[in-house]
Amino acid sequence: MPFDILVIVCLVYVIGLFCVAFLAERRAARGQLRFLRGPWVYTLSLSIYCTAWTFFGAVGYAARSGLEFATIYLGPTLVFIGWWGVLRKLVRIGRAHRVTSIADLISARYGKSNGLGVIVTVISVVVAAPYISLQLQSVTVSFATFAAQAPEWGPPEHGSIALWLAAGLVLFTILFGTRNLDSSERHHGVVMAIAVEAVVKLAALLAVGAYVTWGLADGPGDILARIDATAREGWTLVPSRFAGLTFVAAAAVLTLPRMFQVLVVENADERHLATASWAFPLYLMLMSLFVVPIAVMGLERMPEGSNPDLFVLTLPLQEGQGNLALLAFLGGFSSATSMVIVAAIALSTMMSNHILAPAWLGLRRRIGRGGGDLRSVVLISRRFCIAAVLALGYGYYRFSGGGEALAAVGLIAFVGAAQVLPALLGGLFWRGATRIGATLGMMAGFALWMYTLFLPSFGGGAILSADLMAHGPWGIAALRPHALFGLTGLDPLSHALVWSLPVNAAVFFLASGLSFPDPMERLQSMAFVNVFDHGPGAKGWARGQVEAEDLLSMAQRILGAEAAQHFFQAEAARQGKPGFLPDPTPAFLTLLERELAGSVGAATAHAMIAQLTGGASVTVRDLILVAGEAAESKEHAAQIEAKSEELARTARALREANAKLTELARQKDAFLGQISHELRTPMTSIRAFSEILMEPELPPTARARYAGIIHEESRRLTRLLDDLLDLGVLESGRAQLSLSPVRLRDLIRRAIAAAANTRPERALRYQRDVTAEEVVVTTDADRLLQVFINLITNARKYCAADPAVLRIGVRRRGSSVVIDFIDNGAGIPRREQALIFEKFSRLGEAPEIPGVGLGLAICREIMVNLGGSIDYLPGQGGAAFRVVLPMTCPPRPGEGRKVPPDAKAVNRS
Amino acid sequence: MGRGPRPVFLARRSYRRRRAMDAVRLLPVPGTLAVLLPALWQPAPRPALAVVWLFGTWAVLIVLTAVLSRHLAPAIEAEEEALTPADDDPAGGR
Repeated sequence: MPFDILVIVCLVYVIGLFCVAFLAERRAARGQLRFLRGPWVYTLSLSIYCTAWTFFGAVGYAARSGLEFATIYLGPTLVFIGWWGVLRKLVRIGRAHRVTSIADLISARYGKSNGLGVIVTVISVVVAAPYISLQLQSVTVSFATFAAQAPEWGPPEHGSIALWLAAGLVLFTILFGTRNLDSSERHHGVVMAIAVEAVVKLAALLAVGAYVTWGLADGPGDILARIDATAREGWTLVPSRFAGLTFVAAAAVLTLPRMFQVLVVENADERHLATASWAFPLYLMLMSLFVVPIAVMGLERMPEGSNPDLFVLTLPLQEGQGNLALLAFLGGFSSATSMVIVAAIALSTMMSNHILAPAWLGLRRRIGRGGGDLRSVVLISRRFCIAAVLALGYGYYRFSGGGEALAAVGLIAFVGAAQVLPALLGGLFWRGATRIGATLGMMAGFALWMYTLFLPSFGGGAILSADLMAHGPWGIAALRPHALFGLTGLDPLSHALVWSLPVNAAVFFLASGLSFPDPMERLQSMAFVNVFDHGPGAKGWARGQVEAEDLLSMAQRILGAEAAQHFFQAEAARQGKPGFLPDPTPAFLTLLERELAGSVGAATAHAMIAQLTGGASVTVRDLILVAGEAAESKEHAAQIEAKSEELARTARALREANAKLTELARQKDAFLGQISHELRTPMTSIRAFSEILMEPELPPTARARYAGIIHEESRRLTRLLDDLLDLGVLESGRAQLSLSPVRLRDLIRRAIAAAANTRPERALRYQRDVTAEEVVVTTDADRLLQVFINLITNARKYCAADPAVLRIGVRRRGSSVVIDFIDNGAGIPRREQALIFEKFSRLGEAPEIPGVGLGLAICREIMVNLGGSIDYLPGQGGAAFRVVLPMTCPPRPGEGRKVPPDAKAVNRS
Repeated sequence: MGRGPRPVFLARRSYRRRRAMDAVRLLPVPGTLAVLLPALWQPAPRPALAVVWLFGTWAVLIVLTAVLSRHLAPAIEAEEEALTPADDDPAGGR
């Protein structure tokens, strides 16, 4: 197998993976999710449990220690066959609370404490760095193994291969892992790519295994005989170690951040667990099936002293099976890359949500609240974290020299990750678990793991001196890292396990029992432990003094404008209110917090809402709920509250309607005064000048001038009457529409040109996206133009900012087009937003600006006639109007024209 | 499943389903014992025998789980359906 072919195949494979991920993203964008999110893709994505450490390392492990390697796969098997108990609860909680990572879950469970999130993040990063470097090493070494076959290429420099690999992985992960900040935090492209890789690595290992079993040996019977013949001293199973390793593997499958990512965060449907419960163990069994045969044949056939970790690759190579070796190489490559990609996504989410985002928020609070899109900040920090994670792995690889020491890293990492287990399981099943207990327990376990296993793993003299290893610090023998308090006779791994996890769990239980949780913790503990009871859950928010508009402008910065507006509109509709601003009820705040938590994590989301509502989040009622008072009184209180809430809402609606009517009546009087005035002024001058014209000896120039004035004034009168008539026609639905296809870009250009006459001395800058405006709609062009001119003219008249900027955004949404006109002026006060579309309304008192307040009323009627709508869009930093227009104006069904209920309601009220 | 008129003997079926849930919850216990057995045998068995035993029990556990999960999938389905409106309306619990 020439080395250059290997490089080419490798590149083609990588490009293929990019294509798969890209196609999956595109299908997902079109909403074709059924296959992408089926149970099989879910099961295959779980296979990132089998890293390069499995693919290459399992055979080496089996060659050294016999069947013990199987513990790593038996542990997860036992967890999955008992899925109804633990896994289902974990997945349910993860989905119900929009959990983004294991750190997020722990932090949310213990009162949304960010401190705990930081601890879990730190543990995870420390555990993952060596593991990632192990993956880099495995690919580098397998490359080198091939290169050794082609001496003319010379041995490639290990460091540079690892560097290129790390850079490529950063690119892939950033491309497909941080495309968007989805509140469900799912990555279709990545999941699809790792599912493909899962198939490749299984196929590769099975192919090598089948070749070994039926090509080199004479079938299963022969293999079994050879196993007995090759068995060595190290193959004897030690019960305690066997049980311990099985337990550690079972714990790791729950607590490793990358497993949590695919198992919980990427889960689209709880039912997929039912399939994965047996299909994933089956995958693990198939991966393990040929491990012992390959190890046995490798020991038999390969020269003495060859590295058993590479048998999967070197055995086919030695037997001259180039293509098989190539497949094995791709299998190993797949195992390594898929693990690194998912680990980088999981870790970057944790780092950015629990460390960078809170730090950024804290910083901003000190500087003062500013605007700006937080999403880009979060995305950039995620990308930065992905690069940092890979850099950490690469750095560790260079630092450790990529020696044999790395081979032991897999199990060391498992024991480290298992330190999260007591806090995780305690949080899921025990109401009494507290934040202090979880913090102290994890810190104790993590410290013990560092001291007894992780630091010594670098070898005597690297970090802990050889003297310390042999005699303990300051010569205290009881503190030797590998024989703590005289516990000898165990291998270092079992020793560390026996100390760290029980101490962790004991501290966790003791400190939990002795401490007292704060109200938020108790609410969350109830919501988590009783997640299947469909209970009320933690309603953490008191009715605050928060303005819905502030919430909207904050949510827009995190969820994106479109998603946030959609969410607010839907919520407002559910409360029975038109527009974009629902009442900030506790239920709404809870829902909003969950939505935000999907993007930035529970702790940060909670902090952000607390910032707006002004703290005090737990009410006495909630505490009564927690204390578990008699269900009867609870229900009674809830009923009364529901009723009073409803009454309050009705009363508020009535109050609002009343205020609006009063205001309208006032405005109507004002309008009548205004219109009389508007009619009388031209009338007066017409009368006066016509009287002058009657004078016989008037010079012809003056006569012409006076006639011109009379003409101009009568035109003004006509225009005013035209407007009123126009409005009448539109309102009655008798307007004639002449529909034709028209390009929005041309229309907007014409509108801007036409509006330039208004206050021409003012400079108004237009921000347009000309490509987005390339939309052809079938509508009444003149009428639509009238709406655009009116909106642009308004901006010219009222936007007082300097420099004034009007942003015109066009976006397609399904079968309609959304056109936003947003200026950077002072906007319209909340009180008046409801009135601007009314016929006689003129905002505030701006007597220097001519007009009678019919423009927006006409606009609204036009849009209703065109089958669309026009609304005021709050929370945009200036006056903002949203025009929604169907791509094709619906034909009018005769006299019984259907007016959108929304517009009608506003009309009548 | 779940479409059309409900069977009359719903109680019996849901009773069976509950027992299947119990079985799935408990399966890891005999499973753990079975996979630990080769390490506990005295004197140590032939390695080939341990391999056969381990993969045999592994396969049995997988088949048992597959059968039980088939029984339970409709239960989750019903639950998901019951849950969906509650998901949409967290205030619905009142």
